[in-house]
Amino acid sequence: MADSTTSTGSPGSRLLGLTTLVGLAGLLLFAFVFTEPDVRLHPTTGEEFGQFDAVRLLYLHVPMAVLTYVAFLTCAVASAGYLLKRGAWWDVTAHASAEVGTVCCGLVLVTGSIWGRPVWNTWWEWGDVRLMTTLVLFLLFTGYLALRRTPAEPQRQARRAAIVALVAVVDIPLVNRSVEWWENRTLHQQSTLAELKIEDLTLFTLMLGFVVFGLVFAWLMLHRFRVGWLEHAQAGHEVALAIAERHAEMETLDVDAAIGQTGGGK
Amino acid sequence: MTHLGYLLAGWGIALAVLGLYGCAVVRRGRRLAGSVPEGERRWMTSRGENQGG
Amino acid sequence: MGSRGVGQVRELFTDARLVATRDLRIEARSRVLLNQVAPFALLVLVLFGFALDADQRTLRTFAPGLFWVTVLLAALLAVQRSASIEHADDAHTGLRLSGMAAASVFLGKAAAVFVQLIVLEILLTVGIVVLYGSEVDDPALLALTAVAAAVGVATTGTLYGALASGLGARETLLPILLLPVLAPVLIGATRSFDDALGAAAVDGWAWLGLLAVFGLVATVLGALAHGAMIED
Repeated sequence: MADSTTSTGSPGSRLLGLTTLVGLAGLLLFAFVFTEPDVRLHPTTGEEFGQFDAVRLLYLHVPMAVLTYVAFLTCAVASAGYLLKRGAWWDVTAHASAEVGTVCCGLVLVTGSIWGRPVWNTWWEWGDVRLMTTLVLFLLFTGYLALRRTPAEPQRQARRAAIVALVAVVDIPLVNRSVEWWENRTLHQQSTLAELKIEDLTLFTLMLGFVVFGLVFAWLMLHRFRVGWLEHAQAGHEVALAIAERHAEMETLDVDAAIGQTGGGK
Repeated sequence: MTHLGYLLAGWGIALAVLGLYGCAVVRRGRRLAGSVPEGERRWMTSRGENQGG
Repeated sequence: MGSRGVGQVRELFTDARLVATRDLRIEARSRVLLNQVAPFALLVLVLFGFALDADQRTLRTFAPGLFWVTVLLAALLAVQRSASIEHADDAHTGLRLSGMAAASVFLGKAAAVFVQLIVLEILLTVGIVVLYGSEVDDPALLALTAVAAAVGVATTGTLYGALASGLGARETLLPILLLPVLAPVLIGATRSFDDALGAAAVDGWAWLGLLAVFGLVATVLGALAHGAMIED
């Protein structure tokens, strides 16, 4: 990002971006080179089983899933904050976290599906609780973003969006519960960490994944928030401009009227 | 390495989407920044414009 | 203090009844439900029959799910209609000026949609019995499920209908906002009907509990949120 143009970058965000890129390179090294594939031996038959190299997808998938939930929780808290305090800061935060969260959520679904094909032998599993809950969450927030993109008066827009976000977050436990009862045949690991043959390095790489994607998330949030703030400032600026224009117009009219009078007198 | 195609697809799609989304956000910010007066732009560096204006 | 609280609650419900009566009276005059929404719902049932190759065994197995998908689709129309009443002739401004609490307006409008949904559900039940050959095993469970699900759909629908009203793209916006939220209702009501119609061996009463919780949460949340939304 060159300094010569006006952008949402600041020295702090550039440092963050650079750290993130270095971190990503490090994570890729750990995920693909230093760690071993997940191969376990059956205790009686001695056969090899496990996720083999597909486990390397989890260093991406699991942190993204957690960040998705962090984003939507942030959105809900900011929405509640907006309804209570009515500050633009809350509204911009809610919008930013919902958008970043929806991107992460989509990636969780895609990477999960790609991981599920070799490991579960299916792209999609209807009976899986977490999978279905995440899908409904994705659809809920797609609707939220669609509402956000519909032009409307900014304050009513913010209020509507805040309500939709809060309803979505209240709805999620009910979705989760209903899918869990619906087909009690979940395929998902109870805990990915508990089932894997955890070695120190595997665990370390997973933790590194949390940190690195946390940085990616923070960088995206920062810039998205600033974009939102600019949009907010632009809307205010346009209103101010329009008012100024109207004033100028009125003055010209007054002058015209005055000229007209004097002109008529001559 | 087993499942190489799945691995490349998974990581590739994720990093590409994140990268593209990041670029789109930054570009959106630049476009907007031009139409907002300087006093309203917080956090942002705009040396180029200072020189120009 | 206590009697004032009781008075307020009574006023809340009196106002709600006024709003509900107004909406139902408009409905009785315009007959949109009977002339358009109900035929649409029956049409959907017939379309499912065509799509599933008119095999009555298949239709009977899937009748609960088809029933509730049809209810949701028809509910979208009913909700849109209910929200457009407010928008026509600026009626919502009149309501706001009347000094009624936002919660009363919400409860009243939701109650009117609820009554219409019940009428629809009765028609559709006759529809699946006649067209799909379903048999009612447990009438009590069937009726309670229909009521609990209608509460959830009517309240959530009324809130989202008000939310999308006045926006340019409301016809397309309402379904994508409302349908994902109603996912638990679809799952719960379908499973409960599975039991009531003997289509699958599940515990319908447990699902009825989930529907009741959804209805309760949606009613409270809707009454609170409606106030936050229309205040200006």
